[in-house]
Amino acid sequence: MNLSLEWANDFVDISGISPKDYCDRLTATGSKVEGYEVIGDDIENVVVGKVLKLERHPDSDHLWICQIDVGEAEPVQIVTGAQNLFVGAIVPVAKSPSKLPGGVNIKAGKLRGVPSNGMLCSIGELNLTTHDMPNAIEDGIFIMDGIDCKPGDDIHDALKLNDTVVEFEITSNRPDCLSVIGLARETAVSFDREFKLPTPAVTYANDGDKIDNYLAVEVKDSILCPRYTARVVKNVKIAPSPLWLRMRLRASGVRPINNIVDITNYVMLEYGQPMHAFDYTCLDGKKIIVRTAADGENFKSLDDTDHTLNSTNLVIADEKKAVALAGVMGGANSEITDSTVTVVFESANFLGSSVRVTAKSQGMRTESSGRFEKGLDPENTLPALDRACELVTLLGAGEVVDGTIDVYGGKQEPYKMKLEVERINSFLGLNVSADYMKNVLEKLEFKVDGDTLTVPSFRADCRCMNDIAEEILRIYGYNTIEATRFVTPITSGSRTPTQRFELLCADLLCAMGLYECETFSFISPKYYDKINLPADDVRRKSIVISNPLGEDTSVMRTTAIPSMLEVLARNNNYHAEKTALYEIATTYTPDADPTKLPEERRHIVMGFFRDGDFYTLKGMCDTLLDRAGITNAVYTAESNEPTFHPGRCAKITAADGTLLAVIGEIHPAVQENYSIDAPVYIADFDFENLFDKSKLEKTFKALPKFPATTRDFAFVCDDTLEVGAIEAVMKKAGGKALESIKLFDVYRGKQLGEGKKSVAFSVTLRAADHTLTDEEADKVVKKILTLLDRELGITLRA
Amino acid sequence: MKEKLEQIREAARTQLAEAQADLEAIRIRYLGKKGELTGVLRGMGQLSAEERPKIGQLANEVREYIENAIAEKAEAQRKDALENKLKNERLDVTMPGKAPEIGKRHPLAQIQKEMEDIFVGMGFGIVEGPEVEYDYYNFQALNIPENHPARDTQDTFYITDNILLRSQTSPVQVRTMEKQKPPIRIISPGRVYRSDAVDATHSPLFHQLEGLVVDKGITMGDLKGTLETFAKTMFGDQTQIRFRPHHFPFTEPSAEVDVSCFVCGGKGCKLCKGEGWIEILGAGMVHPNVLRGCGIDPEEYSGFAFGMGIERVTMIKYGIDDMRYLYENDIRFLNEF
Repeated sequence: MNLSLEWANDFVDISGISPKDYCDRLTATGSKVEGYEVIGDDIENVVVGKVLKLERHPDSDHLWICQIDVGEAEPVQIVTGAQNLFVGAIVPVAKSPSKLPGGVNIKAGKLRGVPSNGMLCSIGELNLTTHDMPNAIEDGIFIMDGIDCKPGDDIHDALKLNDTVVEFEITSNRPDCLSVIGLARETAVSFDREFKLPTPAVTYANDGDKIDNYLAVEVKDSILCPRYTARVVKNVKIAPSPLWLRMRLRASGVRPINNIVDITNYVMLEYGQPMHAFDYTCLDGKKIIVRTAADGENFKSLDDTDHTLNSTNLVIADEKKAVALAGVMGGANSEITDSTVTVVFESANFLGSSVRVTAKSQGMRTESSGRFEKGLDPENTLPALDRACELVTLLGAGEVVDGTIDVYGGKQEPYKMKLEVERINSFLGLNVSADYMKNVLEKLEFKVDGDTLTVPSFRADCRCMNDIAEEILRIYGYNTIEATRFVTPITSGSRTPTQRFELLCADLLCAMGLYECETFSFISPKYYDKINLPADDVRRKSIVISNPLGEDTSVMRTTAIPSMLEVLARNNNYHAEKTALYEIATTYTPDADPTKLPEERRHIVMGFFRDGDFYTLKGMCDTLLDRAGITNAVYTAESNEPTFHPGRCAKITAADGTLLAVIGEIHPAVQENYSIDAPVYIADFDFENLFDKSKLEKTFKALPKFPATTRDFAFVCDDTLEVGAIEAVMKKAGGKALESIKLFDVYRGKQLGEGKKSVAFSVTLRAADHTLTDEEADKVVKKILTLLDRELGITLRA
Repeated sequence: MKEKLEQIREAARTQLAEAQADLEAIRIRYLGKKGELTGVLRGMGQLSAEERPKIGQLANEVREYIENAIAEKAEAQRKDALENKLKNERLDVTMPGKAPEIGKRHPLAQIQKEMEDIFVGMGFGIVEGPEVEYDYYNFQALNIPENHPARDTQDTFYITDNILLRSQTSPVQVRTMEKQKPPIRIISPGRVYRSDAVDATHSPLFHQLEGLVVDKGITMGDLKGTLETFAKTMFGDQTQIRFRPHHFPFTEPSAEVDVSCFVCGGKGCKLCKGEGWIEILGAGMVHPNVLRGCGIDPEEYSGFAFGMGIERVTMIKYGIDDMRYLYENDIRFLNEF
């Protein structure tokens, strides 16, 4: 909302307040100011002049030498190339030196040898348009016909370019402040000045003609249209509005069009009540019907857009057709034109939510719908209509036919409530006197009778103690509140075990050299192709956003692997030497029942390239498992995960078979899809399962008191035999005495034969209660070797 | 014999004066079993009873002298050797170090944790909730009915008519109040979604941290005290806060909250755009409709709520001028924090 302070001054005296102070105070009292603009502050030393004499330039076939009366003793000589001048013309004169909009500086000089002491201006050079100055032409000097001024007058005064415009950001609960009057009321209470609201005076034609001769109004639904008021104006003379009105509209950011249209806009800005003007002769029958549209009904709006309406849309119709979309926009079929002679002024109240639905469904958010949506005051329609009629007479735009139509089916009793002084004070932590509160509320037009408040009809946002508390507080000052510390029974201020575990994992992953990343939870469905998921893979069933910004962010991810790969690919593109990352990422798996919320699960996704191999990844996973206290996790080769290399992928499961993670080298085809020029390793942990299986309580275990014995073995076996299988047998055979097994060499070579390998282990044996003797150690070793031979058929390397 | 002893002493002195003297050889030559001094002592038997003590004493003096001299020399040689060694072991300390490779948490996570820790210290619990949420929790229960204009300020991603991507973390407050009766003191950090195209200051996904306190007798002064404590801990002891009236459907009165600029201290600088204040929070007293909807009697209880963008705090704290860096995850960027 742009407020002209010159306009606001009609209702409250704002003299002596600097624009900065004005803006700061209004922001502090709840009408947030975005900024202000002093109109015409980019124009300096430009005055009104009168052409006294015109002579051809001796050395030019198009230049004129003008003598201009600028209200000084001597005329000013100016050379111009404009061709629309004549003796006696009143024109804007930029004297020397002067400033014009766009940073133009005018100084005395010579044009082809003839001194020129300034410049004559076009409307464009004063930053005006033909809408602002309808008698002017665009390419030529501005001939100031019909403007009340004399030579020497400052151009700011002559053209009313001496206003300050304040831009407000009005919150949706205060539609009353989307008006000059509303903001003037706020200004008055903010600066403790008097608020003056004159009652508009309507002058009827008083010729025996009655509105009933023209019009009847039927409202079908008084919930959707609580009030409909209208008047008829006849003998209309369409013409431009006077300068003062045009300049007020211009300052408010509205383009002047003609007197009737300008009046509707002027009243909307002044009263906050949208108005509409129909050309009476375009109505079929003498009736206006406010009804809902038929499904499929056609309507062409003022901006020449065709609409197909439905039964949720409220329309203003005559007996045959819709002539306006209620509260949104008028129809092309009844638009005011230059030949309009009879006008119907509509000033109505419509249900906000209904206007909102209509505007939204027809893709038409207008100045009018934006106001109605927020809920307007039905009491305001008649004063606004009166004001429009007052302006009609003032502007000589037509004659107001006697009588008013006022269909007010939705009238409501004024809202009353208690003024709870003590409760407000203790709620705010303040000590404001009852008198202060009453004074503020009265200035805001509440009626105060003892402790009973009557809320003004335009303040539908005030319905409970909190609302009144805010009214008091915003005037008293938000920053008068003293900071206090509340005392309540102790609440446990701590993280939950899951939250603590998440932090623990995050810190551990960082300690292992991984950087945390944050990626979007929504992805493109094409990402599933990029990670090789088959067409029928269940992970392709995602939550789909019905109004996405674009395909790239259109579905909620069911796996966070593509997000990780995107980030790795980006870093690879940036020529990162190596990159190692992790993300604690949520995935979203739809429920079978689409009315239920999806399952949200956190994953820990780790990923790197040029920073190690599969076993580096596995080592990190081991460390994570160890930190989580999961000692019996099992790695199983996995060749069916489509995203991973079939020979370099494993599942990690807990002892009870719960899946903890899938880890491995990314499938070369996937790696190619992401154009990463090195193998990529990814681990995808199910965080919730990891947490479920974690064992974080620690118990002290005594340090060994007796020395250990270490024995090394090397075996030759089939290349396909997994080390894990050998270790499992060793563990089983070694029993309690076996403390640890460490693989220290794997060797493949010709002398071993095709498809064979040699694996070497270092085995540590220890007894808790005595030093193991050689004989005892030999016995354990023998058991291990025997079982390996029996179960796996492998023997010591010769 | 006396002369002999003096000669030995002199010979030993000369030998030990050499820098590289072989101390073991010298010891053997004079003091060894077959050494010269030992030889002299062995000849003592031939001396008269009168001379014997004198020569004996002298011989002891010479032995002591040689022993001490050797020890001193040994000490000197050790010192020299050490000095030499240290000299040769000199490193070029300007050569690069070998840093252990560690990763870092994402700047957003670092700031989020810092914020959480402040509130945990004040007795707040951390509560999480679903990101894909019912319209009811995101809007209706927060005093924003269907077709309410306040919905415009949060362009929302919808899944179905009834399910959406939460546009704020406030649904967690409602879920908490439904389950838990006062006293309530929680924060709810997390991801939220709004239909804003990506640019330097917007992202369709960002993080919020909201707080809620509900109990008997909670005042707006308590809200101010809580936020002031937070601001001072987060931005420094000098930090002031300022309330500006605002409107949120779920709080009344509502305020936008500025903190005094921690770079310029309020004088005006590039960060605060000359204002001296930086807007970081929205806050207010929980609207009675919201309390009532959660089964809490607004006549008996009152409460306050506040919320802020973690991205915004992160960007102003670190001076990041483009939000896109946060989601690009360039390792060079991540390494800066």
